[in-house]
Amino acid sequence: MNIVVSIKQVPGTTKVAINPATNTLIRAGVEAIINPFDMYAIEEAIRLREKFGGKVTCITMGPPQAEEALKSAIAMGADDGILISDRAFAGSDTLATSYTLAMGIKKLGQFDVILTGKQAMDGDTAQVGPGIAQWLNIPFIAWVKKIEDVKKDAKTIRVERMMDDGYEVLEGPLPILLSVVKEINEPRTESLRGKMKAKNFKATVFSAKDIEADPDFIGLRGSPTIVNRVFVPVRSGKKELVEGATVEEKVGKVVASLRESKLVN
Amino acid sequence: MDYFLTEEQQMIVDTAKDFAHKVIKPVREEHDENQTFPWEVVKKMGEAGLCGLYIPEKYGGTGLGILGLCLAVEEMSKVCSAIALSMAATGLGTFPILLFASEEQKQKYLPDIASGKRLAAFGLTEANAGSDALGMQTTAVKDGDYYILNGTKQWITNAGEAEIYSVFAVTDRNRGSRGLSSFIIEKGTPGFSFGKKENKLGIRASATRELVFQDCKIHKSAMIGSEGMGAIIAVNTLYTSRPGVAAQALGIAAGALDESINYARQRKQFGQTISSFQAVQHMLANMATEVEAARALLYATARSIDKAGDAKGFAKESAMAKLYCSDVAMKVTTDAVQIFGGYGYMKEYPVEKMMRDAKITQIYEGTNQIQRNEIAAGLIKSAASKK
Repeated sequence: MNIVVSIKQVPGTTKVAINPATNTLIRAGVEAIINPFDMYAIEEAIRLREKFGGKVTCITMGPPQAEEALKSAIAMGADDGILISDRAFAGSDTLATSYTLAMGIKKLGQFDVILTGKQAMDGDTAQVGPGIAQWLNIPFIAWVKKIEDVKKDAKTIRVERMMDDGYEVLEGPLPILLSVVKEINEPRTESLRGKMKAKNFKATVFSAKDIEADPDFIGLRGSPTIVNRVFVPVRSGKKELVEGATVEEKVGKVVASLRESKLVN
Repeated sequence: MDYFLTEEQQMIVDTAKDFAHKVIKPVREEHDENQTFPWEVVKKMGEAGLCGLYIPEKYGGTGLGILGLCLAVEEMSKVCSAIALSMAATGLGTFPILLFASEEQKQKYLPDIASGKRLAAFGLTEANAGSDALGMQTTAVKDGDYYILNGTKQWITNAGEAEIYSVFAVTDRNRGSRGLSSFIIEKGTPGFSFGKKENKLGIRASATRELVFQDCKIHKSAMIGSEGMGAIIAVNTLYTSRPGVAAQALGIAAGALDESINYARQRKQFGQTISSFQAVQHMLANMATEVEAARALLYATARSIDKAGDAKGFAKESAMAKLYCSDVAMKVTTDAVQIFGGYGYMKEYPVEKMMRDAKITQIYEGTNQIQRNEIAAGLIKSAASKK
């Protein structure tokens, strides 16, 4: 089983400053760690390998020093690490990042499962995972809290997805992308053998050219997002009941309401 | 202090420290309170690569010697010496195999011990044979290709949890110290059972029970070395294992010192932190000095053993390290409780446990009185040989 884990290096603190001019994080001088949610993805990937055999490859996009994140993953037990790094990627938003990671994964070749953390603790968007799945045109299940079973021959996977009020059991075909929540496992500590392996580890570096990226889709040029304001959205949990005589009528009202809110075209 | 650790040795420290804080610390109180054996931690300790440090690579270990073992035991004991003991006492049970067993026996047992899959234990002490180990009553009577064991071993660390036991028994009463032999006995062997679990002052997460042998039939191939080698095997095992106990004691002391400094810097009385009082400062200064001296003695001893590839020439030094580190542990933990004052006496804070855990290090694997005998014997012997 080939398992790819998409990870991100983030500042190792929640007290980062925001650059007022660009509304982006100031990363200089802050210790970098693997995004804590990605640790669960790495652990789950190692467990899948222990159960079904195969290989765990971690992939990350970032500056050269993001190799440290890959080294930590190797120390935990990952087999290999790929660093996608190129000045051309600077300024990527979640769309460009997911495109870049998807192209990197494509270059890696055949894979069965892609794992990611449910979101990164710096940006908190939770958009890159689904974005990768979309670019690769594979199914995606968010908030996985348990992998119940993998049928290697039938190429299916059954998982439990965490919801606010319980969980859903979903089955999907392989290859698939899963984003995992912290309830899924308890990440192991770095092992001595892993640390020794990590010491001599050199990540394979993919440039924009290596992954055959379309220049229009990467970096600033491929990033339509403009950060206007950074804030924590309020979740009201407010429910609205839609009345109607028929299902068609109710659906029509829902669609109209979504259009009105500009949530769909 | 810079102990000039190699990159690999520093990795042991980092791995063990991380492991102790993330895996051991959250469960130490619960296991101490309930006297439960921390199997879930032991399993992860194996996965982290901390169980086979002293076992050569050809048997699945990492081959990082006695110093490697000591560094891991020290770091884990800073957080919980009782849980660290599951691995350290396995070392004690493993050294007879490592030092004296046949290649076949080594291949059979060492890889599982190195991976942390199976634990080992050492069965020497009996109810009436503590410091006087030669006075043991357990017998192994030869019967064709077998030996029949009868007797009871007492206060055996890891008993019941371990699967591999290095057990000592009298094979010929008339031959004195040449009449002891050592056997590898696996859990589940008919005629081998466990006595009650002891209720202890400290190291409560560690299992301490009797090994009971009733007409326990052991094939001669389970003997370590040859008949009559038991005393030599036991003595050399203890020379080799003492640095591990010393490391455990050192870890307890260093952990208590860290707790004391942190507490003294935040506890306020008379409008200021108690770390501003000279009485407290001097206590901390003494504690830190003794801990550092203990560490220097232990590391030097472990390095000497590793360099020689044998502990035989360092019996005196390994006794010194065990004696000094454990005395320091008792003193430093007692002072730590004093610095914490009333809070230190309460179970909400970790130092009372450290003080309870420290006491055993002055007693087991040879009381500190026996260590002094060993040191004196070594001194007199080397003076006599010079003439």
